[in-house]
Amino acid sequence: MSEESKYLLEVNDLNTSFFTDAGEVKAVNGISFKLEPGKTLGIVGESGSGKSVSAYSIMQILAETGRVTGGEVKFRGENILNYSEKQMQKFRGEKISIIFQDPMTSLNPVFTVGYQLEEAVLLHTNKTKEEAKKRAIEMLTLVGVNEPESRVKQYPHELSGGMRQRVMIAMALCCEPDVLIADEPTTALDVTIQAQILELMQDLQKKLGMAIIMVTHDLGVIASMCDEIMVMYGGRVCERGTADDIFYRPAHEYTKGLLRSIPRHDNMNEKLVPIGGTPINLLNMPEGCAFCPRCDAAMKICLTEKPDEIQIGDGHTAACWMNIKEAFEAQEV
Amino acid sequence: MSEKETKNLLEVSHLKQYFPVSQGLHKVPLKAVDDISFAIRPGETLGLVGESGCGKTTVGRTLLRLYEPTAGKITFDGEVLFDSGEQYDENDKLIVDATGRPIYGKKVNKDMLPYRKEMQMVFQDPYSSLNPRMTVEDIIGEPLDVHKLYSSKAERRDKILSLMELVGLNAEHAMRYAHEFSGGQRQRIGIARALAVDPKFIVCDEAVSALDVSIQAQVVNMFEELQEKLGVAYLFIAHDLLVVHHISDRIAVMYLGRMMEIADADELNNNPMHPYTLSLLSAVPIPDPETARKSSRIVLEGDVPSPLHMPSGCPFRTRCKYATEQCAMEMPQLKDRGNGHFVACHNK
Amino acid sequence: MSNENLELKKRQILSSQVDLSKFNSKNFEKATDEEKAQQEVMGESTTFFKDGMRRLKKNPLAMGSIVVLALIIAIIIIAPIFVPYSYSDMITVNGVRDKSASNLGMFEYSNAEMKYMESTGESLFPHIFGTDSLGRDYFIRVIYGTRVSLSVGIVAAIMVLIIGLIYGSVSGYFGGKVDMIMMRIVDIIYSLPDMLIIILLSVVLKEVLASKIKGTALAALGPNMISMFFVFGLLYWVTMARLIRGQILTIKNSEYVLAARCIGTKDGRILRRHILPNCLSVIIITTALQVPSAIFTESYLSFLGLGVSAPLTSLGSLANDARGAMQSYPSRLVIPAVIICLIVLALNLLGDGLRDAFDSKLN
Repeated sequence: MSEESKYLLEVNDLNTSFFTDAGEVKAVNGISFKLEPGKTLGIVGESGSGKSVSAYSIMQILAETGRVTGGEVKFRGENILNYSEKQMQKFRGEKISIIFQDPMTSLNPVFTVGYQLEEAVLLHTNKTKEEAKKRAIEMLTLVGVNEPESRVKQYPHELSGGMRQRVMIAMALCCEPDVLIADEPTTALDVTIQAQILELMQDLQKKLGMAIIMVTHDLGVIASMCDEIMVMYGGRVCERGTADDIFYRPAHEYTKGLLRSIPRHDNMNEKLVPIGGTPINLLNMPEGCAFCPRCDAAMKICLTEKPDEIQIGDGHTAACWMNIKEAFEAQEV
Repeated sequence: MSEKETKNLLEVSHLKQYFPVSQGLHKVPLKAVDDISFAIRPGETLGLVGESGCGKTTVGRTLLRLYEPTAGKITFDGEVLFDSGEQYDENDKLIVDATGRPIYGKKVNKDMLPYRKEMQMVFQDPYSSLNPRMTVEDIIGEPLDVHKLYSSKAERRDKILSLMELVGLNAEHAMRYAHEFSGGQRQRIGIARALAVDPKFIVCDEAVSALDVSIQAQVVNMFEELQEKLGVAYLFIAHDLLVVHHISDRIAVMYLGRMMEIADADELNNNPMHPYTLSLLSAVPIPDPETARKSSRIVLEGDVPSPLHMPSGCPFRTRCKYATEQCAMEMPQLKDRGNGHFVACHNK
Repeated sequence: MSNENLELKKRQILSSQVDLSKFNSKNFEKATDEEKAQQEVMGESTTFFKDGMRRLKKNPLAMGSIVVLALIIAIIIIAPIFVPYSYSDMITVNGVRDKSASNLGMFEYSNAEMKYMESTGESLFPHIFGTDSLGRDYFIRVIYGTRVSLSVGIVAAIMVLIIGLIYGSVSGYFGGKVDMIMMRIVDIIYSLPDMLIIILLSVVLKEVLASKIKGTALAALGPNMISMFFVFGLLYWVTMARLIRGQILTIKNSEYVLAARCIGTKDGRILRRHILPNCLSVIIITTALQVPSAIFTESYLSFLGLGVSAPLTSLGSLANDARGAMQSYPSRLVIPAVIICLIVLALNLLGDGLRDAFDSKLN
């Protein structure tokens, strides 16, 4: 127990599939991670990498066709995958909360913002209506909504995109969860609003001390926010490490390719080096490394065998045969 | 103005695009684009950035006359395509008669069909911009059909196949439907469709925004290569400043339908003058932890005002920390600050 | 930490985790492009229809409906070839009208027929459903009744489709004032009580049409039937028109239509090539559901005595005729009623199946 208690959330060998009429889609293939209290984990990947599905699997809010097919999700040492739906309902929001990309679709358009916030409070606490109302206003103040007293009477469509996302964050945090999962929280927002929301999330983390799982495709967002970063491709973890590890010492060919292909201030006048090929088709997964068909450095072994995650530094791991090759060659010399 | 101006491929002056919006019983004009002017030289890429609702997409569509402009003048390749007839003096002031009404000159409204061959567009969403019931061959072949650019079936097919090759698509896939392709490939189909008429100018409306990071670079590179090969000019509309900076020769910044700043891409990034550009640039999340730690964001307060209730004078003044009384009084004109760096600000 | 140190540390960590001896240098040769390409296969080419049909085939209710409908259609096409009786005339034995052949039960023969069979030794074709009160073979009457009912349904659905399609597309595509006026007309038509109109029209048309259609093929259908088509043409297309207009309004604003306009495509071509093909699923589904509703309308109008003229029959008028002798010969009412139910149910289930398979919003 003593060792387990160090981590708030532990995900071990999580597998999630969607059963469509075209066949089984293995969206997440055995990912594991640990999250300490108050830390930020970034999950970065392209569409189809399984980053959002991982988050939904933890919350058990998968679409009808989706099912967690293996692994465990431990919250404070307890496997929440064994929870009943009733237990989960209580668990969600109270222990782990999630905010989504599009705040318009996650807020109910026929209720006022205040009502929805109060509902969230009433659902999880024994507070009276009056107290819930007070709590709602308090939360809106916390997330920087101006004039919260009048805002509670407004409907979601009367708010701007940035305001709606603030309301979503307020709703997610009203029961002071230990973990906040943010699924592409700023993708639908403009740059200046995105900056506001990211700033707000960092502030709130300092104030409330919750851990954050930041799911995004934007390497820029992740560079400044996260203690640990996990790069995903084809439902597997390619590489994990600190921001510095990932950005300055990438050890997976996919991470390297990704970094070469984004425009940065220092490569403005050079040609970008894109990753070739087309994104992975989850119905038709390669036998070996998922990235192999698009990888410039692909080797024979990549075609047939999936690489395991290998530690290459303190807390820095990568699942790429290139690292083994280097070690193999070094040994030969 | 002078010689340089005559060489421009596309000139836009005092372009206005208002949409009537009903508010109760009244119709109120929504000023999507309000009095903007710019020019694009042949073979050049002008980046157009701004936040959602700033009117950048409307600019692109109005240029191609998918909307009927409310006022202004559009000149393409020396030919006036549209002119609402307002006249301006050398100080760019509207010439009015004694009652304050503008004195109109010659009005022009040309049929666009022949010019559709010269000006094309690539759309944002690779999923909704291709007809799901048409094969790739028919999608790329449509402009050829419309402008009758072939004399035989075989020639049509040859042209389509060479276009597919040009944008890096496998010719074997000509008979497939668009929904069978990935986002990046679909965007290539869209680009091949635009290139089919051999245009001199393409509006790229958020053409890479919907694509995955690793695919974005493929498409950006392709745009650059096509420009080198075909000499086509782009108006590259996007909200991602890093991508725009990478692809553009010059960048224009819009806010609430107004042009705030135009400058060379590097100049704009190294030396932004307009307070809005400044905060926009600082808000961009930089994919580099070192720089991200060092740089301090200028976080703008508040939201973009509704275009139906525009602030008087400079539209940015409600969020600008330099705002003065003058800003509330009148909209600053775009002024040259040297090196082709134009800024519309009273204070900076 | 310098880079070299890092490298060294990395190697140490690596060798402690991986048993390098199980690899050989061959493993680390570069993979060729072909080998990589093999890993990446583009899925089988499917069109919208193939995809929809695949989903349809997985729907047991829809497939069952198709089988039932196919069976019914096959029977009504083939049966008259084998059955030697006519729907309009009394049974004859050896060229003589058989007066004893009325009100026979299932598979019964009349006295005259029995005698004939005994005397000649040849066997006559059985009266599968017996005969009606006028001595006509009921099976063949049911076959012809089904033919009429089904064709009324299909013809009416096609009429509704054509009128609704044209009206809806024009209204939706041109929008603005055109749309406003056209849709108000639709609203007015919606507010007319259709039964009343059918009854009034058939009364009026009976007089007018009776003389005009005399001697033509239409005479067999009778003025009631024709006025019913008139009513379908006049009233029932409005739902279709509204649906198609709604579809077109959404598709009109899609980016691919904008792209087509950008290319310089003319309105007609945009409608034909871009908008209508994308309305197709809605059109198919609504038409499929229109057929049973038309059959239903026809049946109960015929039941009210406003249907086809005798001697031609439809399922509704068969039921109406059987009403009088319901207690003595219930099967004559039950048979057409069951067939109506079967057809309408199968078509409705098929329509639902088509919607599930082809409506992109549900996928």
